[in-house]
Amino acid sequence: MNKLKLVMIGNGMAGCRTLEELLKLAPDLYEITVFGAEPHPNYNRIMLSPVLAGETKFEDIVLNDLAWYRDNGIRLHVGRKVVKIDRKAQKVVADDGTEASYDRLLLATGSAPFILPVPGKDLPGVIGYRDIADTEAMIDAAKHHRYAVVIGAGLLGLEAANGLALRGMDVTVVHLADWIMERQLDRTAADLLQKSLEAKGLKFLLGKQTSELVRGESGRVAAVRFKEGGAIPADLVVMAVGIRPNIELAKSARLHCNRGIVVDDTMQTYDPKIYAVGECVEHRNTTYGLVAPLFEQAKVCANHLAQMGIGRYTGSVTSTKLKVTGIDVFSAGDFMGGEGTEDIVLADAAGGLYKKLVIKDDHLIGAVLYGDTGDGAWYFQLMKDRQSIADIRDHLMFGSHHVGDTGHAGQNKAAAMPDDAEVCGCNGVCKGDIVKAIKTHGLFTLEEVRKHTKASSSCGSCTGLVEQILASTVGGAYQPADTKDKPMCGCTDLSHGAVRQAIKEQKLLSIPAVMQFLQWKTPNGCATCRPALNYYLISTWPKEAEDDPQSRFINERAHANIQRDGTFSVVPRMWGGLTTPAELRAIAEVAEKYRVPTVKMTGGARIDLLGIPKEKLPEVWADLGAAGLVSGHAYGKSIRTVKTCVGAEHCRFGTQLSMSMGVKLEKMLFGMWAPHKVKLAVSGCPRNCAEAGIKDVGVIGVDSGYELYVAGNGGIKTEVAQFFCKVKSDEEVLEYAGAFLQLYREEGYYLERTCHYVARVGLDHVKKIVVEDAARRKELYERLLFSLQDYEDPWANAVATQSKEYIALEAV
Amino acid sequence: MSEWKKICTLEDIPRLGSRVVKSTHGDIAVFRTADDEVFALHDKCPHKGGPLSQGIVAGKIVTCPMHSWKIQFESGEAVAPDVGCAKPFAVKIEGGVVWIDL
Ligand code: SRM
Ligand SMILES: Cc1cc2nc3c(=O)[nH]c(=O)nc-3n(C[C@H](O)[C@H](O)[C@H](O)COP(=O)(O)OP(=O)(O)OC[C@H]3O[C@@H](n4cnc5c(N)ncnc54)[C@H](O)[C@@H]3O)c2cc1C
Ligand code: SF4
Ligand code: FES
Repeated sequence: MNKLKLVMIGNGMAGCRTLEELLKLAPDLYEITVFGAEPHPNYNRIMLSPVLAGETKFEDIVLNDLAWYRDNGIRLHVGRKVVKIDRKAQKVVADDGTEASYDRLLLATGSAPFILPVPGKDLPGVIGYRDIADTEAMIDAAKHHRYAVVIGAGLLGLEAANGLALRGMDVTVVHLADWIMERQLDRTAADLLQKSLEAKGLKFLLGKQTSELVRGESGRVAAVRFKEGGAIPADLVVMAVGIRPNIELAKSARLHCNRGIVVDDTMQTYDPKIYAVGECVEHRNTTYGLVAPLFEQAKVCANHLAQMGIGRYTGSVTSTKLKVTGIDVFSAGDFMGGEGTEDIVLADAAGGLYKKLVIKDDHLIGAVLYGDTGDGAWYFQLMKDRQSIADIRDHLMFGSHHVGDTGHAGQNKAAAMPDDAEVCGCNGVCKGDIVKAIKTHGLFTLEEVRKHTKASSSCGSCTGLVEQILASTVGGAYQPADTKDKPMCGCTDLSHGAVRQAIKEQKLLSIPAVMQFLQWKTPNGCATCRPALNYYLISTWPKEAEDDPQSRFINERAHANIQRDGTFSVVPRMWGGLTTPAELRAIAEVAEKYRVPTVKMTGGARIDLLGIPKEKLPEVWADLGAAGLVSGHAYGKSIRTVKTCVGAEHCRFGTQLSMSMGVKLEKMLFGMWAPHKVKLAVSGCPRNCAEAGIKDVGVIGVDSGYELYVAGNGGIKTEVAQFFCKVKSDEEVLEYAGAFLQLYREEGYYLERTCHYVARVGLDHVKKIVVEDAARRKELYERLLFSLQDYEDPWANAVATQSKEYIALEAV
Repeated sequence: MSEWKKICTLEDIPRLGSRVVKSTHGDIAVFRTADDEVFALHDKCPHKGGPLSQGIVAGKIVTCPMHSWKIQFESGEAVAPDVGCAKPFAVKIEGGVVWIDL
């Protein structure tokens, strides 16, 4: 079969990303030819700044080496500029006469630095900052000359100036506006930034318009003269006053262009055979100058080139981050504000800290951060997800909930960390390892960093730190994933929400049914989606859907926690933390009989028998079961414990019978599977000895009844539970707590603790349904009781069925 | 040296599941795919020795229960970017009985 011919003009970041996406979707559809004006394969243009600063080398920033083109059967013409597109004959012609004909053409010509039209602009020593050649020219100038002038104090200009200063030049930044980076920062943040750059040795001349570049005796540029009068010496002038999309070629082929080549939401130009992506493009009246939106365009474009015809590009919100080592500044969205907006500002000029958040109609629309950008990614996410901030407004300024606070010595400012500081406490990954991986492997997303370094791939508490490091290494190229429609995993493009909705609406009852109906891309899913699907099925269709043990993590499959040496731990339930001499005796006997190496009190107020081989589990359970002990589910995404204090039963301060309340709750919830583990506590008075303030549901007895708190968490990131409501009786505690947990079970995404669930949907939403709407509360409560009724102890079941799962085979 | 030994019937291994076989070579994990193919690997993850038999099976891959490395049945190799290999053993099914080459 004859393959279609695809020709790509412009061998840069957007174009090559489109090819990569296309090859993933349709590896054999096209015979591909690429023309690139530069004499290099595709490299990571944004890393030119660290190259100039001497932090990385040219060799390390190649993204697609020559072997990549060869392996994918792509014909590559480097150092050849296309000078003509013949749309009628469907062919292109390069400056050396090379021709290529196409069925589809992809324009990815990027943009060029704008050169001010002043006298002397063509003198030797006057350059833009765009490619390897420019960077080499700067490095060379720094070896032989003294004075550098950078015109334009935007991101690019400042990174150029910083690099030249690090290479020993005397650098002055000339800027027309009254403050630097005026398109990214407000004045206060800009002034702080200017101060810290001055401390690094840069000089600034603001409010100055360049009128002429003066020729020196050698023929090279020698000075910069200003319209306002005066001049300064210059052996090198870098123009960084903006970029212009490269559209001449497209224009000469009479393709419709404004500022850029005009495309629709499918990245198609006015000629249906011709697509365009990257900085050369104008989409919905906007052109982009950062990588993240271009990558989104690449994905959509590839989808259409692959003839799949789904996917629309609808524009991007962008954020920026200056890549100057040791300086932390971030901005995103509309940070200047305007009609109908409100600002929240925190300014500590002496402490070098500034934060400004712009809010409109209960939504965050812009942010400027200086000094501590730790929450940049979180704010950006809130903007992208268009999440209402009404509930969190009062603590919005103080930061995110996904920057964890354990396991990395309280560090939350990546910029201040030295290279050898440990970022990921679970996998022992240091900051330097992460930066190096990002630079050498050309990583742009959190997922990629996780894959290559393992950082933040275990407990996730350092995610915020890793995001910061990523953002400060790749600048605006980092874009957090859309959490709202983020696919569950690589096996599907659908989000948790969408999958759950389908299970409910289509009444899907088994994992194969879900996978077939939703056209899963892999035959049996993977270890990420299968446990989630299994949970969604059994929680949506209790007693009807199939519970698939092979789709549960080993702990849930074996009803015990696997240990690092492959043995298991056994935690029998002690309702409300209460036990009896008979139970303790049975536990002691088991510990002796099976020579259990470790017996320990857990943090959940019960006893853990650790180090039991798998094949002994059923025997251990049989012995424990004889004394009435049942599974404590210390292994499950399920109800764990209800911690209690002694309460009014014994305590001189107790106002309510907290032990008996705790036991009632734990008995009600026995066997409750949930998106994640669920922990409760009941305290007999506000002294709160049961630590109800950090539980998924916390109950605190007061003289007139009980206060209920929800969505607390004592783990990775401590979250204080929020006040939910006040009730009078034990029955009401059961009903309100039960209804809340049922709502979480129905709406929570797999692996979302209650604190994350409530942060996503808002406490108001939950209160409206559970506290304010008595009818819906009752329905929820009844659905919970229905799905829990007749639940049998899994240990007793395993003993009774003599399950073979536990027994090893012999080869004979 | 090839020595075929009988281990169990196909039905003894759950679909998309596994059983452990004790042997002089140490524990061996025997997996059954959705299409009733059977594979065997040394039951020791190349990462830190986790018991692969306890992982989740999908396609011809098992995900280690310890730190989620993905190990391929046919080669025993970890899926990139992780690098390492769990020794594969040959297996065959004859009349519903599973044999292993030790
Ligand atoms: C046994 C126990 C430690 C102990 O010896 O005390 C324990 C052991 C484990 N915890 Fe825990 N946690 C134990 C109490 C806690 C507590 C304290 C509590 O429950 O009062 C917390 C903080 C409270 C909370 O969860 O809000 C706690 C927060 C975590 C977390 C972080 C959860 C979070 O949302 O941030 C994890 C990781 C996870 O679940 O993803 C975790 C995970 C684990 C796992 C299951 C790790 C794993 O995935 O394999 C540990 C199993 C060890 C093993 O080999 O058996 N454990 N864990 C405690 C069992 C309690 C029980 O009786 O059921
Ligand atoms: C120093 C520097 C630092 C940057 N830092 C960041 C950052 O931190 N974060 C961020 O998000 N972005 C950053 N950027 C911007 C980012 O690099 C660009 O947005 C991105 O490279 C644009 O991709 P593109 O494919 O559209 O264009 P390019 O990558 O420029 O690729 C276009 C290619 O097409 C070639 N070409 C043009 N015309 C023709 C023709 N007629 N025939 C053949 N070839 C042709 C060009 O030579 C060029 O190689 C930075 C840019 C620079 C220069
Ligand atoms: S028991 Fe909990 S805190 Fe201790 S090592 Fe395991 S997961 Fe970490
Ligand atoms: S031991 Fe298998 S992934 Fe670590």
